[in-house]
Amino acid sequence: MDERDPLASLRDLGTGLERARQGRIREGGALRRGNSAETGNALGLAFRISVELVVAIVVAVGIGWAIDRWLGTRPWGMIVFFFLGIGAGLVNVYRAIAGLGKAAGPRGRGAPDTGSLEEDED
Amino acid sequence: MAAVHENPLAQFTIERLVPIHIGGLDVSFTNSALLMTISGVLVTGLLMLATRKAALVPGRWQSIPEMLYEFVAKYLIDDTVGPEGQRYFPFAFTLFMFVLLGNLLGLIPYSFVFTGQIIVCFGLSIAIFIGVTVIGFMRHGFRFLTFFVPHGVPKVLLVLLVPIEVLSYCIRPLTLSIRLFANMMAGHTMLVIFAGFVVPLGTLYFLPGLFPIVVDVLLFFLELLVAVLQAYVFAILACLYLNDAIHLH
Repeated sequence: MDERDPLASLRDLGTGLERARQGRIREGGALRRGNSAETGNALGLAFRISVELVVAIVVAVGIGWAIDRWLGTRPWGMIVFFFLGIGAGLVNVYRAIAGLGKAAGPRGRGAPDTGSLEEDED
Repeated sequence: MAAVHENPLAQFTIERLVPIHIGGLDVSFTNSALLMTISGVLVTGLLMLATRKAALVPGRWQSIPEMLYEFVAKYLIDDTVGPEGQRYFPFAFTLFMFVLLGNLLGLIPYSFVFTGQIIVCFGLSIAIFIGVTVIGFMRHGFRFLTFFVPHGVPKVLLVLLVPIEVLSYCIRPLTLSIRLFANMMAGHTMLVIFAGFVVPLGTLYFLPGLFPIVVDVLLFFLELLVAVLQAYVFAILACLYLNDAIHLH
């Protein structure tokens, strides 16, 4: 008795959603990374970085200890992984503070970085 | 007489409410599970009841889920992942609400804070970690591995930098879970320690007994802040990890 079967109306909804999503993606680029949330994030950031360094070192030393136990290379695995842990922890803390990547993973080498450098030279 | 009466860590004890044993496995319904169920039911119930009579101009009840929706959509997803991340909205919203309710319900006296259990936090964060890594591989295939290779770095340094990147990626579930667990556990322990001073001091002299009560009240407000903030931090970090998996560099 209904002219439109339910599947057709679902398809309509699907195309509508897809159109809306495309629109959002197109216009969203400029809005992203605005400073709207930055001030509210400051406290969150402080809580975030508090454990980053400690956990990195503890986990790395743990891995080193396990490798030593497994391969019998007594102090060396622990020593190497201790320094790797410091490195990883510092990298994480630095990224969180600098706000470049905000999380693990190499970032901040793209256009915005060179742009700011060029401005400095001017 | 001046002994502190309750062990401040006793509040984290898991108690079996309904003992269930299946084939040697202890799957009892515990106080932790009870609080998790309550928070799940509460979130679902609140959202469903509040949006039951959806109106164009939201009433008082309807505005709660709408504000929550906008908060998660805007601050958790749009600011970190961008518009493409909106398809993961249900994940971020569920995660945020579950942790938030867990933190807040834990502050009710005589209840139990399940986010103060390391295994609960670790279970949540390892699920996020695995899920995000799978999403990264699904979107980029093996190109996802280039995530660990910084660009514009001399080849010699890569020997040092790639292990550091891999390590800092793999400790994510641990930092994520320890951050939440340690904050909740430390706060709740502190509350009980100060509460334990009230009676011993108060029976000696009245005024000094008042002091820990004042501290406890102030601490409670701090814990309210921490509860909301940690839920926010937990969810936003999950979104940041998702961002890394979606936008490879």
